[in-house]
Amino acid sequence: MVDLTSSRYVEGPRGPKPRRSFSRANIFLYGTLIVVSVYYLLPLYVMVVTSLKGMPEIRTGNIFSPPLEITFQPWVKAWAQACTGINCDGLSRGFWNSVKILIPSIVLSIAVASVNGYALARWKFKGSEVFFTILIVGAFIPYQTMLYPLVIILREIGLMGDLSGLVLVHTIFGMPILTLLFRNYFASIPEDLHKAARVDGAGFWSIYFRIMLPMSLPIFVVAIILQVTGIWNDFLFGVIYTKPETYPMTVQLNNIVNSVQGVKEYNVNMAATLLTGLVPLVIYFVSGKLFVRGIAAGAVKG
Amino acid sequence: MHSVEIRDLDLSFGAIEVLKGLNLNIEDGEFLVLLGSSGCGKSTLLNCIAGLLEVTDGQIFIKDRNVTWEEPSDRGIGMVFQSYALYPQMTVEGNLSFGLKNARMSKDEIAKRVARAAEILQIEPLLKRKPAALSGGQRQRVAIGRALVRDADVFLFDEPLSNLDAKLRADLRVEIKRLHQQLKNTIIYVTHDQVEALTLADRIAVMKGGQIQQLASPTEIYNRPGNRYVADFVGSPAMNFIEGLLIEDRFEARDQVLSLSGYPFAKQPGGPATMGIRPEHVATAAAAESLPFNADVPVEVVEPMGSDTLVWTRIADEPFRVRLDGQTSIQPGDRLKVGIDLSKASFFDAETEVRL
Repeated sequence: MVDLTSSRYVEGPRGPKPRRSFSRANIFLYGTLIVVSVYYLLPLYVMVVTSLKGMPEIRTGNIFSPPLEITFQPWVKAWAQACTGINCDGLSRGFWNSVKILIPSIVLSIAVASVNGYALARWKFKGSEVFFTILIVGAFIPYQTMLYPLVIILREIGLMGDLSGLVLVHTIFGMPILTLLFRNYFASIPEDLHKAARVDGAGFWSIYFRIMLPMSLPIFVVAIILQVTGIWNDFLFGVIYTKPETYPMTVQLNNIVNSVQGVKEYNVNMAATLLTGLVPLVIYFVSGKLFVRGIAAGAVKG
Repeated sequence: MHSVEIRDLDLSFGAIEVLKGLNLNIEDGEFLVLLGSSGCGKSTLLNCIAGLLEVTDGQIFIKDRNVTWEEPSDRGIGMVFQSYALYPQMTVEGNLSFGLKNARMSKDEIAKRVARAAEILQIEPLLKRKPAALSGGQRQRVAIGRALVRDADVFLFDEPLSNLDAKLRADLRVEIKRLHQQLKNTIIYVTHDQVEALTLADRIAVMKGGQIQQLASPTEIYNRPGNRYVADFVGSPAMNFIEGLLIEDRFEARDQVLSLSGYPFAKQPGGPATMGIRPEHVATAAAAESLPFNADVPVEVVEPMGSDTLVWTRIADEPFRVRLDGQTSIQPGDRLKVGIDLSKASFFDAETEVRL
């Protein structure tokens, strides 16, 4: 018999290298992460606790202390009773306006941009590169320069102050970045697949719907997230191209928070702000994983 | 009748000319291999035949029909890609029937054709699976099946085996050959692998720089290469080359002089030339004694490959490879007697590199 334990192995390193959990690098890494998290989460915490307090409690001035008596009254008021101008039906009106703006804008901009990107990536035509360059340059022109011309255009075609006018504006301004996103994603799908489909007799639309679309869920999720956050958070276009009855939620939030009459109801303001931010937040939580996958996939090729 | 005919084909991307005045006739039922290193234009030529690239000039005929302006799906071709290019979201059955559905074929006919292709390729148990659940070899079978169901006149293979490991490649190679013998379709097959070319082809077109260097049967290409490039490219280990001078009926290389009787020259030679001899055509030991050219050379490196052994030596200060039987026992530092049989050698003009 051979004594395996003593003869085969000599003293010294063997197997996986041991790691210390409290190394200097780890302390530094997690320390930084914790500090940064606190920095970002503290305002959110203040907002949440303030929105759950009554006004008398807020006046005591302890903004970091948790509520002694939890009340949902500020939330109800922000949603259904807060006054902006002559309307006293709270943020609900703005919420539904925003939804009415958001959904058609997303559907329209993503539908057009995905076909755009697909055509630019896979059906190169004469001047397609020039067209693409012009489109991308569009992404770098400051919005402010286009505000007034757009007012005139919308007035001329009779959509000024109408929700559909704002939908049109959002669709146009989403085009450059979305086209770039889709073009890069479709360019990363192997060209052989496209060739095989052509040999199989599939045309422009058939390849788009039957081959490309089913492979592109991640990038569609990315586009949806970008557009939801962008359009939902938009204030500038909303305040310019709509009127009080059709104000989106962000504009209405501003009007509630910045109203100069009466007592400043901090709890209602906080609740209103949280309500407004809820939609993008929910979208992020629901689709976080797909978002990362899509961003990574779309970013590979330029 | 020609199955595929290419007349004066030009293709350029901007200022870069990829194919230049290319002519090629392929007979009905022929297995033609386009062989060349990467960037020689072989895949480009195949894409032109498939209609996936618009030609700059020239015409393409398939079954005596001018298809230069036709869509790929109307040309009567089936194509197999190196990356398989299976539609990942469809099952194997969906992949096979996609083209037929696009052609608005009846359900019965589709089912019949899919069943037949699946039977020929033995992929019936896989029909309900997605491509991601298949191995590389199975994927390539499905890709071949997709060409098969189209009942095409011409099959185009674009390096179909390059993504597979060595053993699988050898297996599928035989299967493709068997398939061709069974179906007797015209096949145009692009590869950079000379073994595939030599084993599969009825004729090989060796390409370089967008032009066909030599178009001939595998035996002809191997034994009588048309120029030095073809000689060098085909054959592994590569052919040995010895630079020298042709003077009347002698070949002089460094200190060696060879009588040229027995070599069938195409035209009257003279001047600087290169002699090429394949490593397995070099005679050794006793067999070398009787040959006109023989030398005693030192063994530098020995590469045993099982079935045979490759020995690296030096003649006239040039590396010289000799292929010996696998059972030979030989060590670096030994001396080896080699001889060259001129009837198996090739001579090339040193300047034009054309066979003499």
